[in-house]
Amino acid sequence: MTLLQFFLRHHREILQGTLEHIWLVGIAMLIAVGVGVPLGVLVAKRPWLSKPILGGANIAETIPSLALFGFLLPVPWLGGRADRLAIAALALYALLPIIRNTSAGIVGVNTAVHDAARGMGMTERQILLQVELPLSFSTILAGIRVATVLTIGIATIAAAIGAGGLGEFIFRGLAMVNNQLILAGAIPAALLALGADFILGLLERRFRPVRA
Amino acid sequence: MTGPFNNSSAVSDTASPAIELRDASYQLPDGRTLLRDLTLSVKSGETLVLLGRSGAGKSTALKLINRMLELSAGEILIEGKSTLDWNPFALRRHIGYVIQEIGLFPHYTIERNISLVPRLENWPADRTRVRVAELMNLVGLKPEEFLHRFPHQLSGGQRQRVGIARALAADPPILLMDEPFGALDPLTRGELQREFQQLEQLIRKTIVLVTHHVGEALLLGNRIGVMDAGALVGIYSPKEFLAAKEPVTAAYIANLRMNQVAEART
Repeated sequence: MTLLQFFLRHHREILQGTLEHIWLVGIAMLIAVGVGVPLGVLVAKRPWLSKPILGGANIAETIPSLALFGFLLPVPWLGGRADRLAIAALALYALLPIIRNTSAGIVGVNTAVHDAARGMGMTERQILLQVELPLSFSTILAGIRVATVLTIGIATIAAAIGAGGLGEFIFRGLAMVNNQLILAGAIPAALLALGADFILGLLERRFRPVRA
Repeated sequence: MTGPFNNSSAVSDTASPAIELRDASYQLPDGRTLLRDLTLSVKSGETLVLLGRSGAGKSTALKLINRMLELSAGEILIEGKSTLDWNPFALRRHIGYVIQEIGLFPHYTIERNISLVPRLENWPADRTRVRVAELMNLVGLKPEEFLHRFPHQLSGGQRQRVGIARALAADPPILLMDEPFGALDPLTRGELQREFQQLEQLIRKTIVLVTHHVGEALLLGNRIGVMDAGALVGIYSPKEFLAAKEPVTAAYIANLRMNQVAEART
């Protein structure tokens, strides 16, 4: 049986796995953006918070993914369901690039623009929402892009704790020494990563500010 | 030597000064003093030029006036009220601010850049639109041509015109200008200086302008304050300035004469 035939015969399961994968990564990214962007702003605005916040995100990043899933297992609400636990772990991984790029984007806003905004009488909040965030948008998107690609890869390991997704095929294939099964997980995961990278890359270029 | 942004009739001697600095000092957290005991007052409608080399404390003085920096000691009164008693945002919207680097918002069209303060002040949309068109004509930019462009599509001189229009948008009675023509090539600079010297809208305003160009100071100032190493070393009318004996001031005059000699030889 060729790989193509295998894919055609199992397209339902593969599609199912892909959708689960997208769901895990999608929810994790929503959480990571929701938490990471405000933290990035905080890091940029309150430099004394940068060490603890970036340090924390850095540590999360260095824990091997399989171990992180294990660490989160005893956490009360999270440990109860494999998908919750997987999403929490993935969001933790996605955090660092988002925080770092958000803060870099804001700190990188031209000082003359910032001075003019203050001098015109804009409040801190107005400067953040009308000047700093719009001007850092493409840098923030670049962080989200890196985080998404990273998370799509790591999400395959979530199958080890029974959270589903494309990792199911990979783990089953490894156990059964079946290359086609491994590829049934690996190829869609790679395509997902490439697709996300491409689309977010387009958005990033679209919003890249022109330097005046 | 008259004819700064101002004719002398616009300067009122009787009213309380628009800006008054009393022993204003500014110190960095590391203890370095950028400005020491600056005392001066700017009359309503007057153009005061602060002249000095980089690091003389000129820009620091401006930033203390609109509270971009907080005083370490002393006091600054704007229209008789201490800057500390003003809401800092209301204070800054009451004072136009033009800087050398201009600082236009690159993601805003020229229209939105100019209408920044009116929008912050919640002007009705049609009043804002009329005002923007009026200002663009004033600074010599055709609205129909430039309204919807972005800053990066303009030349340096055009951008500074927008910068000045933006500062004038809500018709603030006071204007702070930090090397407004400093980044322009000599020809464009001369053009803008002459044009803005004639602007009706500027004549009524109280202006503090910072520069390191003697010629600009003489052209635009009713009075010239010379600063050196964080302190004011003298304050003169243009005529007094040219006759001053104080060493820093005299150095500026010598420099001016040298340029005139160079000009005469060519």
